[in-house]
Amino acid sequence: MRHNLILHVIAKFVIPLIILFALYVQFHGDFGPGGGFQAGVIFSAALILYSLVVGLDVAERIIPAHWLRILAALGVFIYAGVGVVSMLLGGNYLDYTILGSNQIAGQHLGILLVELGVGITVAAVMLILFYAFAGRGRQ
Amino acid sequence: MIDIVINITLLAFLAITAVGILRLTNLFAIVMLYGVFSLLSAGLFVVMDAPDVAFTEAAVGAGISTVLMLATLALVKRPQKPYYDEAPQTHRPWLPLIVVIITGSALVHGTWDIPGFGAADAPAQTHVARYYIDNATRETGVPNVVTAVLASYRGFDTLGEVVVVYTAGVAVLLLIGGRRPKKAPVTKNEGEQDET
Repeated sequence: MRHNLILHVIAKFVIPLIILFALYVQFHGDFGPGGGFQAGVIFSAALILYSLVVGLDVAERIIPAHWLRILAALGVFIYAGVGVVSMLLGGNYLDYTILGSNQIAGQHLGILLVELGVGITVAAVMLILFYAFAGRGRQ
Repeated sequence: MIDIVINITLLAFLAITAVGILRLTNLFAIVMLYGVFSLLSAGLFVVMDAPDVAFTEAAVGAGISTVLMLATLALVKRPQKPYYDEAPQTHRPWLPLIVVIITGSALVHGTWDIPGFGAADAPAQTHVARYYIDNATRETGVPNVVTAVLASYRGFDTLGEVVVVYTAGVAVLLLIGGRRPKKAPVTKNEGEQDET
């Protein structure tokens, strides 16, 4: 698909919109439908579309495979780390209330961080799956 | 009224797609129809006011898993003929038919006891859901109760789910993630099988 002009132009137009929508779903998940899991999946779908159009080698230059392994672990680390921080501050594990000055602020910060961790892990793992499957057949 | 029309249309398309998947023998077309099936399911979820699930179904079911299936198809060797044309028939066709009819009627019988869609007195709605609906926005400041339940009240569950996703990624990396050496130290026959 490397020389298909129509695909290239459409993908260039659509991919930024998909990434923007993923970020919207990620950070607007408190107010609208969505959250970390959906945002991560949509984000990785944009990058998968990109690598389908331009080829896996070019996509791997933008996000190398070893970054993805670190990112996948980083998401879980952020999520579990929020719990550890809330424990160190004197609360229960994953009790976000202790993170902020009052209950609402603490819960808001905790949910934002936790959803960010979910989004990073899901996006990275989806790309890991795609890289593993698509890179398998290469010489 | 419009809901019923959309529901019936989507369900009819779902059934047609399912029958199409059953009857086709071309794997590429079947994978494409899987994607269509997922997209139709996502449409049904939107009609049932579950946009979160619809997002996931559309992105994972119709998008990513279709791509993964296509990648798998590119890796495996395509058989010349569908294998079941050659396989000898070991049983009469009425045996599976009877099994399917009995199982199907048991399942339909089971659905009579299920509370109606969105019924307020359903067991799922009467236990903790009322507490969440009454208190989630006040206690967490998050208007979307689904997010509040997932990330805050059930934080442990979601942590477990994230670890499951991470574990799946690690498992795939361990199984097929490694870059194969350029010249594998195997005998010629094994090497050929490996390449195909």
